[in-house]
Amino acid sequence: MNAYLLIDFGSTYTKLTAVDIENEEILATAKDITTIEDDIMTGFKKAYEKLKLCIEEKNIKFDEINFIKKIACSSAAGGLKMYAIGLVPELTADAAKKAALGAGARVMKTYSYELNHSEIEEIKNSNADILLLAGGTDGGNKKCIIHNAKLIAEIKIEIPVLLAGNKSANDEIIEIFEEADIDYIVTENVMPKLNKINEKPTREAIRKIFMTKIVEAKGMKNAENFISGILMPTPAAVLKAAEVLALGSDDEDGLGNLMVVDIGGATTDIHSLAEGDPSNAGVIPKGLEEPFAKRTVEGDLGMRYSALSLLEAAGTKKIRRYLHDDHKEIDVKAHCNHRHENIMMVPQTPEEIFFDEAMAGAGTEIAMVRHCGWLESVFTPMGVMYYQHGKDLLDVKYVIGTGGVLVHSKNPRNILKAGEFNKEQPVHLLPRSPNYLIDSTYILSAMGLLAGEKPDMAVRIMKKYLEKVN
Amino acid sequence: MKNGKTIVIGVIGSDCHAVGNKIIDHVLTQQGFNVINVGVISPQEDFINAAVETDADAIIISSLYGHGELDCQGFKEKCDEAGLQDVKLYVGGNIVVGKQDWNTVEARFKDMGFDRVYKPGTPIELTAEDIKKDLGMIPA
Repeated sequence: MNAYLLIDFGSTYTKLTAVDIENEEILATAKDITTIEDDIMTGFKKAYEKLKLCIEEKNIKFDEINFIKKIACSSAAGGLKMYAIGLVPELTADAAKKAALGAGARVMKTYSYELNHSEIEEIKNSNADILLLAGGTDGGNKKCIIHNAKLIAEIKIEIPVLLAGNKSANDEIIEIFEEADIDYIVTENVMPKLNKINEKPTREAIRKIFMTKIVEAKGMKNAENFISGILMPTPAAVLKAAEVLALGSDDEDGLGNLMVVDIGGATTDIHSLAEGDPSNAGVIPKGLEEPFAKRTVEGDLGMRYSALSLLEAAGTKKIRRYLHDDHKEIDVKAHCNHRHENIMMVPQTPEEIFFDEAMAGAGTEIAMVRHCGWLESVFTPMGVMYYQHGKDLLDVKYVIGTGGVLVHSKNPRNILKAGEFNKEQPVHLLPRSPNYLIDSTYILSAMGLLAGEKPDMAVRIMKKYLEKVN
Repeated sequence: MKNGKTIVIGVIGSDCHAVGNKIIDHVLTQQGFNVINVGVISPQEDFINAAVETDADAIIISSLYGHGELDCQGFKEKCDEAGLQDVKLYVGGNIVVGKQDWNTVEARFKDMGFDRVYKPGTPIELTAEDIKKDLGMIPA
């Protein structure tokens, strides 16, 4: 039997998915703790043994399985950390940040205008994996990006620099970098024209740097001997899966516009696959164009590491609302504190589960509001008009939930509904009445990897395995 | 043929008159300018941000609804803050409330820091000629 082995070296778990490519079925999934300190293969091997048992339980001989491809994504060892530099905060700096997020990175900080010495020191002393240097539209401002490139060269930054700025400045910058022996890659401008984001070349370049340099730097070279390659950061794989599921492939129809809500212990990621143009007349889009495949990461919204910052962002009142605790009988702060201090905590009692789900509801609401666009009213001689900032996601057809709290919930719909359009706050352009799907077998990142090789199959398997919830 | 000069255009404030803006875009593009159009209902910041990123040579502000004077207040100062001291500033249209003496209107806008001020109904071709003179593309 021919099969694919898809691996996700996650920050906590190494997850394996074996796919039978003849019958287009998931043979088995298995996971074990990621071992990054000594050898990432230790955890992998444990998970592999579990996978073997799972498959044999199905009366399939493991030895007869021929893994024709073994490919992986990874968010181990802190994931992919990036710093982004642009010119105007609302323009190239924001475009650079959006492109880096879409590539699956954690954007630690975004800088704008000409850097000063303390900022460049900060970048040098950071543990960033890639520095994205943008600024100026093509043919536009050159002065700022050249100034920043000179500082990078002067301080001899050792992390790879991805140059994605005004093409007219490239020659001069390349000369500066060559002379200072800076490790750099050049790609297309992330904002070639005003307000037009061109995120794909940047995303692809980040993926290349990740594959060739970062995987090795993070002690994953051992894994590379056994598998065919670590292709991308895990969040990029999830985004890729969502993208192919939304758009469809050559031979398979997609589901149309959709969103993914991924609630983790440290962050909540929201993905949207939609153009996001205004759906109502009299609405004028404002600001930087949004990428079709957009990902935002809320570093302060998580179930464990970020339980306290989630409490801070939501406030006790919001969490209590999800707990239906009108009489203030539950000590919200103590519960969040407990989770923050016990990051491996798995909820056991109905109360613990209920509290986790209330937190997840509050987190989903905030993360969705931050991701989706909003309307601002302006008074004009022609009457009230509206500016639309960000994406209009009112008509999104599907919202897919993933992450422990959603997958294990008996009522994941309740959690996801927190991110629905709310008549009381109609300025937020959240999905109006989407269908809900749950990634109950944790296949999204694996399908993102598979989509690079066999997109038709990836779409079909996702359609089969994502579970509809009512 | 491109002439190598970049101009930011748009309609300022809460003004949504789009037709004149399209004509300006069309004519200036035809004359070889690299036109960056920030569109209608544009706050001052949009003009300035666009000019910074694109390294613009000039900004043309249009207004038709009579509140241009209010909308343009402090524009030059903000340009100076953003490092755009050398960018030429033009304004035109129905830029004040009601019918006022043109000479005083022009003087007021020049005091506000605009290089040239245009009456209602000025053809954009005339402005284009002025821009070419001001940017040293043709003799003044």
